[in-house]
Amino acid sequence: MTDTLSTAVSHELDGNALLDAYRTMRTIRAFEERVHAEFATGEIPGFVHLYAGEEASATGVCVHLDDRDAIASTHRGHGHCIAKGVDVKAMMAEIYGRRTGSCHGKGGSMHIADLSKGMLGANGIVGGGPPLICGTALAAKQKGTGGVGVAFFGDGASNQGTTLEALNLASVWQLPAIFVAENNGYAEATSSTWSVAADNIADRAAGFGMPGVIVDGFDFFAVHEAAAEAIQRAREGGGPTLIEVKFTRYFGHFEGDQQTYRADEVANAREHLDCLKRFRTRVTETGQVEAAQLDAVDAQVTDLIDAAVEEAKAAPKPTAADLETDVYIEY
Amino acid sequence: MARTISYREALNEALAQEMERDESVIVLGEDNAGGAGSPGEDDAWGGVLGVTKGLYHRFPGRVLDTPISESAFVGAAIGAATSGLRPVAELMFIDFMGVCFDQIFNQAAKFRYMFGGKAKTPVVIRTMYGAGLRAAAQHSQALYPIFTHIPGLKVVVPSSPYEAKGLMIQSIRDDDPVIFCEHKAMYDVTGEVPEDSYTIPFGEAGVVRDGDDVTIVAIGRMVSVAEEAAKQLADSGVEAEIIDPRTTSPLDTETILESVENTGRLVVVDEATPRCNLATDISALVAKEAFGSLRAPIEMVTAPHTPVPFSDALEDLYIPDAQRVANAVKTVVEWKR
Ligand SMILES: Cc1ncc(C[n+]2csc(CCOP(=O)(O)OP(=O)(O)O)c2C)c(N)n1
Ligand SMILES: [Mg+2]
Repeated sequence: MTDTLSTAVSHELDGNALLDAYRTMRTIRAFEERVHAEFATGEIPGFVHLYAGEEASATGVCVHLDDRDAIASTHRGHGHCIAKGVDVKAMMAEIYGRRTGSCHGKGGSMHIADLSKGMLGANGIVGGGPPLICGTALAAKQKGTGGVGVAFFGDGASNQGTTLEALNLASVWQLPAIFVAENNGYAEATSSTWSVAADNIADRAAGFGMPGVIVDGFDFFAVHEAAAEAIQRAREGGGPTLIEVKFTRYFGHFEGDQQTYRADEVANAREHLDCLKRFRTRVTETGQVEAAQLDAVDAQVTDLIDAAVEEAKAAPKPTAADLETDVYIEY
Repeated sequence: MARTISYREALNEALAQEMERDESVIVLGEDNAGGAGSPGEDDAWGGVLGVTKGLYHRFPGRVLDTPISESAFVGAAIGAATSGLRPVAELMFIDFMGVCFDQIFNQAAKFRYMFGGKAKTPVVIRTMYGAGLRAAAQHSQALYPIFTHIPGLKVVVPSSPYEAKGLMIQSIRDDDPVIFCEHKAMYDVTGEVPEDSYTIPFGEAGVVRDGDDVTIVAIGRMVSVAEEAAKQLADSGVEAEIIDPRTTSPLDTETILESVENTGRLVVVDEATPRCNLATDISALVAKEAFGSLRAPIEMVTAPHTPVPFSDALEDLYIPDAQRVANAVKTVVEWKR
């Protein structure tokens, strides 16, 4: 049941929606490029995994979602957070370990979350998210909200038992769940062509009795269309879908990774495949959006990220009084 | 001949010497070579922290990369151990026990007893524990007490490069399943390590420092924290004896009890959270077996009962430090009925 969408068509996105999508992708890119640069100065602590290059996936899926819907993310979670509407300044403050961060500095890059936005958290455990999404989808189904759950996970996570169990459960219970396998070619230093025994992750969908689709992850419109169909089916009670999104990550597995296992695929991708470049070319060629409008978004995003970093650096850190709070509900 | 090498190098050397000595020893785990199927360098990582670096080329076919499928490959290591291999599997972060615990505690740990003493499961599961790298709640825990709780598992927590090598070689030769806990903030710690192969037996604590005023039992990385505290204390005339159990299962109860019988005072330093950890376990042992020798209530220095926080401002408060150990020692030394 695997089809490849090679010629995705633009549909039902007016100029404003296109600008919003562009803003989201640009914000993710600028956020990640900036965190990369700031990490190199030694000011950002901990383990940081960047999403640059993969923006079209989070964005192309999350533009279809609203407050009824929940997503689960991964260790590479900044893009999913931004696309689901988590406050960018609070995210930056979290990465700097500040009291003003999304999680008051207790979580860090790998655990940014905002439950009020249906963002169940970046996740330090590979394969941690898919079972949780069966739960959010079950809740939506029981309550009849029409909501869906979306689990983003990597090619590496597609080999985790938790992921495979969740796929089966979602199908058995016919849950309104969408499983987005973000195949960026690597899990740490290991190639997905080696670790995934099937030709494609999406091929596994057949074994779980659900549709599987493969999309070009550098193409916002391809992701957008595949997600639209899967989400609509889920909302209408048609059960889960597995979408495999193929692309490359622009940075190392984590900040500090020497990447000796790679070829020079990044330079080529940045030059010829980049989701932002392709988006710009496409929407300006069709005349739906003016280049100047996109430039204006770029400038606004730059200002936002500058402000986010400046405010994060100036913000206070948590104190001893915060150490033992939040372990249990307080009565 | 001993020379100064790092904890990481000591572990690497132990693995290499055992692989050299015994063909049945294999190494497996995520990116233990690194770069499987990738266009670039082979052996690109040697594990996330480089412990297995170089083994891939030295021992062809005996260093296996794995997909991210911990239940499957940890279970496979255990199964292989029942069938003639001596696998050393890497469960990268101890926190990941969550996705493969059944294979460890219901399978490996039970075989010998449940099968009437007939099974032998010589598997080593290497794993990183501990806080200090701002790695946050799911990558920083000190979970060795959970493994210590399970009969049938042996649990090793080395505190120095010397111990890392000798205990690793012992672990590989041991016929029971061993959980080998490496502190992630210690890989670059250096110390004197003999070049030749040697073993350190399980269940024999090291007496790291002699003293008559107080016994400090410290686990893993906390041994160096206790040593720092002991130096400060010596300046004010308090001589601490520091005991490093090295293995939490089996536990060398004798050395601990003898020391407390001499000093009459006990402080236990454990990086784990405070409920049902090594501090409570050792305190209970001493309270029961050496009650008559105690001249003051026992003090425990542990992490608070919370997940590990991310922010450096909080994590630095979370991890027991020399000041807290010294304060605990002062409390027991100054205690009056
Ligand atoms: C259960 C578990 N095993 C291993 C890891 C270590 N780890 C973190 S990210 C990662 C690779 C994940 O690869 P993939 O799912 O493809 O996501 P990507 O990093 O490519 O976005 C690994 C092995 C982990 N965090 N959790
Ligand atoms: Mg990947």
